[in-house]
Amino acid sequence: MTYIFVALFLVLMGYITYFQVEKSADIIRSPYNARQDSNADRVARGKIVDKNGNILAQTSVAEDGSEIREYPFGNMFAHVVGYSTHGKSGIESVANYDLLTSNAFFLEKLKNEFQDQKNTGDTVVTTLDLTLQQAAYNALGSYKGAVVVMDPKTGKILAMVSKPDYDPNTVDANWDSLNTDENSALLNRATQGQYAPGSTFKVVTALEYMREYPDYSSYTYNCTGAIEQDGITIHCYNGNVHGQLNLQDSLAYSCNASFSNIGLLLDSDSFKKTAKEVLFDSKLPCDLSYSKSSFTLDSSAGNGTKMMTAMGQGETQVSPYHMALITSAIANGGTLMKPYLIDKVTNYSGTTVKETEPEEYRQLMTTEEAAQLKEYMKSVVDYGTASVLAGQSYTAAGKTGTAEYSSDKEKDHSWFIGMSNVENPELVVSIIIESSDGTAKAVNIAKQIFDAYYY
Amino acid sequence: MVNIIVELSKYLMIVLITMYTYLCFSIFGYFDPDKKKRMLRKQNVLMFMIHLIAFLVMYLEKNDIKILALYLMQVTLLGATIVLYTVIYPRVSRLVVNNMCMLLSIGFIMITRLDYNKASKQYLIAAGGIALCLIIPVIIRKFRFLSEWRILYAAAGIVSLGIVLIVGKVSYGAMLGFTIGGISIQPSELVKIIFVFFVAASFKRSMEFKEIVITTAIAAFHVLILVVSKDLGAALIIFVVYLVMLYVATHQPLYVLAGLGAGSVASVAAYYLFSHVRTRVIVWKDPFASYDNGGYQVAQSLFAIGTGGWFGTGLYQGQPDTIPVAAEDFIFSAISEEMGLIFALCLILICVSCYVMFLNIAMQLHNMFYKMVALGLGTCYIFQVFLTIGGAVKFIPSTGVTLPLVSYGGSSLISTLIMFAIIQGLYILREDEEDDIERKKKERLRAKRSGQEEKAQRRSGSNAAQRAKRSQTSGQEKSQSKAGKKQRVR
Repeated sequence: MTYIFVALFLVLMGYITYFQVEKSADIIRSPYNARQDSNADRVARGKIVDKNGNILAQTSVAEDGSEIREYPFGNMFAHVVGYSTHGKSGIESVANYDLLTSNAFFLEKLKNEFQDQKNTGDTVVTTLDLTLQQAAYNALGSYKGAVVVMDPKTGKILAMVSKPDYDPNTVDANWDSLNTDENSALLNRATQGQYAPGSTFKVVTALEYMREYPDYSSYTYNCTGAIEQDGITIHCYNGNVHGQLNLQDSLAYSCNASFSNIGLLLDSDSFKKTAKEVLFDSKLPCDLSYSKSSFTLDSSAGNGTKMMTAMGQGETQVSPYHMALITSAIANGGTLMKPYLIDKVTNYSGTTVKETEPEEYRQLMTTEEAAQLKEYMKSVVDYGTASVLAGQSYTAAGKTGTAEYSSDKEKDHSWFIGMSNVENPELVVSIIIESSDGTAKAVNIAKQIFDAYYY
Repeated sequence: MVNIIVELSKYLMIVLITMYTYLCFSIFGYFDPDKKKRMLRKQNVLMFMIHLIAFLVMYLEKNDIKILALYLMQVTLLGATIVLYTVIYPRVSRLVVNNMCMLLSIGFIMITRLDYNKASKQYLIAAGGIALCLIIPVIIRKFRFLSEWRILYAAAGIVSLGIVLIVGKVSYGAMLGFTIGGISIQPSELVKIIFVFFVAASFKRSMEFKEIVITTAIAAFHVLILVVSKDLGAALIIFVVYLVMLYVATHQPLYVLAGLGAGSVASVAAYYLFSHVRTRVIVWKDPFASYDNGGYQVAQSLFAIGTGGWFGTGLYQGQPDTIPVAAEDFIFSAISEEMGLIFALCLILICVSCYVMFLNIAMQLHNMFYKMVALGLGTCYIFQVFLTIGGAVKFIPSTGVTLPLVSYGGSSLISTLIMFAIIQGLYILREDEEDDIERKKKERLRAKRSGQEEKAQRRSGSNAAQRAKRSQTSGQEKSQSKAGKKQRVR
């Protein structure tokens, strides 16, 4: 009897040790943990820098000891770096614990204690790249929308822009107007925005078709500019007539009629399963606040819904961040690397405290499927709807999209997902421009980002 | 500057309690009574040092003379307890007395830090309780017919639980007690002890199947009332205590299996019947997802333990006051946050050390009734420790029980003090029993010897073996043979 209870306690103590070693680091970083802020009495909040050491946020201490949190790039990093003056958001919230922990040399800390001075918090080195963030920020101009740039081989998030934006330096002063802003400037559209994916979703539809029909390479369809089924007619964009198409051409020209035709051939339950595998209706690996994407097609869906869903309209909702993850998986042989924003934490003088190692998150599709989709997306650039990216010193692949979002036929959301250096992908982008009148195209923003990186 | 003292003191306290805990277990390995006595004295010194350092730090930070006053009162009480027990009952288990005082002093430290008023109340109750409990060993020794009051125990237990159910007030979702003259009484704490006496008396009376069925039915009735009163912790404790006692009395694994089966069915039923049972399970699964619907408490507890880390934040440096009922059900988390997880793990080991000692005593008692009482109370104690700590660290769903002797709470404190005193009384009885056996052995030997001496006169030279046997059982070596016994049961 003794042994049972003693064993019970050994297990309990083992669990407590396991909790402390393995789990507590994550748990105490929870934004609910108010204890983090009590460190602020003894530690001056650390810096946030980009991958090259450019300062994105820092605390300056005035002569009277009052502290001001400064964001040198103002609006540019507003959503991803966040703010810490009126609650916390972005990296300021995610890395709060590290920013308020000082791993300075212990003798120096001791000296500060004796002199009753604050220690300096650790520096958070992000994966963000100022050049890319700047390019994306400027390219988006005055449009509403979002841009996510990632490194598919590691999962590093290199840039994240959301517009409309705000100045984190004045969040506290402008809180009331920001909070009631009708454009919801505080919302990080990159991770929290929910949009119809438009034609970018045809990549997922193509994947499902490949799975259901192993002889997909022999698919043919004759596009006459529209398709009609059960009294519903779907037209191709701008009234184009694409003629004889195989699967590759259908994607390259983004033929709505052909994909509606594919939609009618697909099994809804199987389609839902594939959507689930590429993380629809699932948790996403994301440090920041995000919205789950939804894919609602089921076996009760009628032909109209099936056609609409296959071409990316319907009720499907997705965030630009999620599309970046799907594109990353395609670029990286089907494997999604766990995305991360914090590369390492150093003490204020630069000695590394801890570093994030890239790790696999999940295999979203097979290597073969990823290679095939990449080839199709290459043809979109080579001879299809994204040909502005062709003929550069770098190669590119991708998929454009146009999402109707209201009865206003004049304006659509413009999408682009893609990658550069197709053989060995270096950058993955996911871009949306809200309510474009047709002149602003997401693919052009991709070009400006790639140009900034390669020229 | 004060910060540095706080920092250094917390490491010092961790070193001291580690030494104390080491002594708790290493003492089982020594036989020399003088050496043991030295080790036990050392434990007292360590305890008073921890207590002194903690109060010094608290005084420095709060600069409140009241803290020093409370400190002096507590030292007097702890000192008096140790001295009185050793003077009145020289045969008492010093290790248990030491551990009792150690746990009390840790509780005093943490409750003083959390709430000065509660600390002074706790002090008064502890003083009263200890004084009261000094007579319990005498009662145990003199009242030899304690085992005959079976029906009285059953009636007392069920009636007091029934009263709570009918007139009890709701506290934290459970009907736990009622208030008489400003003092809130929580009968379930005392019922645990009465229940153990009831089961022990029943098993002593008869081990026939029919009797066991009746006892089981009455036990189940206790559990039922407690579940209906929503006092899940106490219900679970009574259930486990009964199973353990039943098994040890009958050595029938089938009974235990049947009991566990019935328990599982009952738990599932409770899960579906009572929404507040469901809430606790949901919170246990993910306290953060249910943060606003009851998860707050466990989440705060985990933040406290996690933020404190191995060495703690130092006294007054954390925020244990953000944990609801920190001084009662979640005192383990508060201790862990400010004094460190190592300190908290040592605290667990001290509790385990008490339990090992209790079981030791139980196994050496020959009287079935006393043996069952010691076993039942020991199980009751350790299982309660398991429930409260397991709940605080999210190992198991939180059941809302206190950490005996450490947590704030009059009924819990008094009933644990009584429990410890009863076991001390049994320990003294055990020594009496041993003396009895020793005496009988000697008498037998003497009778034998006188018979043999006559023979030896005729056949001298063959009593070398006899002499060796005699020396083995002689009084001088008594302590050694006792230690040997301890070794075996440990």
